Amino acid sequence: MTGHDDHDHGRTFQPDHPEPTSDAALVGLALRELLIEGGHYTADEEQAVIAEMQGASPENGGKIVARAWTDSDYKQRLLHNGKDAIKELGFDLEPYEFTVMENTEGVHNVIVCTLCSCYPRALLGMSPAWYKSRNYRSRVVREPRGVLSEFGVNLSDDVDVRVHDSTAELRYMVLPQRPVGTDNWSEDDLAALITRDSLIGTQRDLSTK
Amino acid sequence: MSEPLFSVGQRVQIADRTPPVHHRVPSYAKGHVGVIERVCGMHANPELCIRGDGKPFQRIYRVRIPQTDLWAPYEGTDGDKLEIEIFEHWLELAQ
Repeated sequence: MTGHDDHDHGRTFQPDHPEPTSDAALVGLALRELLIEGGHYTADEEQAVIAEMQGASPENGGKIVARAWTDSDYKQRLLHNGKDAIKELGFDLEPYEFTVMENTEGVHNVIVCTLCSCYPRALLGMSPAWYKSRNYRSRVVREPRGVLSEFGVNLSDDVDVRVHDSTAELRYMVLPQRPVGTDNWSEDDLAALITRDSLIGTQRDLSTK
Repeated sequence: MSEPLFSVGQRVQIADRTPPVHHRVPSYAKGHVGVIERVCGMHANPELCIRGDGKPFQRIYRVRIPQTDLWAPYEGTDGDKLEIEIFEHWLELAQ
C-alpha cells in the first residue's frame, strides 16, 4: 500500500522546512544568486562554510568544559576572555567575542537570541530546532523558570536565573557544574559527559551514568 | 579604538527609540535601566551596515537588568537577571 496511511506521523518529531514563499525569503534567495553570479563568492565557498559548521559539534564544547574543570587557571582565562582561551585548544570563533558563563550552586545561566537565532555554530555546530523557534525565543526571557521546567530543570528560589540574550556580536556557552564523584576522572571521560543542552543551559545536572 | 564611555557597575538607561533600520535592541529592553556587567570590544554598527561596513565601529557593553523590572508580573525571584549586549550609542547614564 502506498497511500497516506503507510507511515506514522506520530514519529515525525521535526517537521520539514517549508518551501520559501515569503517575500523576505525569496529576496534572500535572489540575493544569494546575484552574489554568486556577480563573482562575490562561489557556490563552492558557500558549501565549504556550511560543511565547516556541520563539522563542528557540541563535543568541542565538551573539550573546553573538561579543560576548565581540570585546570583552574585555564578556567579563569576562559571566563575572562573566551575568544582567546579557546584558541589555546585550537578553536576559533572570530570575529565574534566568545563569552562563557559559569553555573554555580547559586546561579543558573541560559542562552537565547530573541532577535533571530545567534549561536556559536562554528564551535558547537548547528543549533537545535527549538532554539530557533519563536516559542523558545519569546518565552525564555519572559518566563525562564517555566521554560526551564519544561526541559526538566526545576530551580529552587535560592538559585538565581541569568538569561543571556545574544543580540549582537557576542556568542555564548554555559560552563556547567562538574558532577560530584568525578574527582579522578580523565579529561576525555569528563568531556564525554557534556551535552549540547547543558552548554545552552536547558540542562543543569549532568549524568555520570 | 576610542575609550569606553561607561565602566563596570555604572547604571545606564537604554534608549527608547525605533530607527527605521535594522537594529539589535529588542523592544522589551528599550527604556530600561541596568548595570554595566562588562565592557566588550568595538564592532560594526548594524544600523550602518546597509551602507557598507558599519563604520565607525561602536563599543558593545553587556547590561544586566533585573527580570522583575522587565516583566510584570514576573514568576521568579529578585535575584533573576537578564543580561544583554547593547551598543554604546544606545546608552546614557541613568539618574
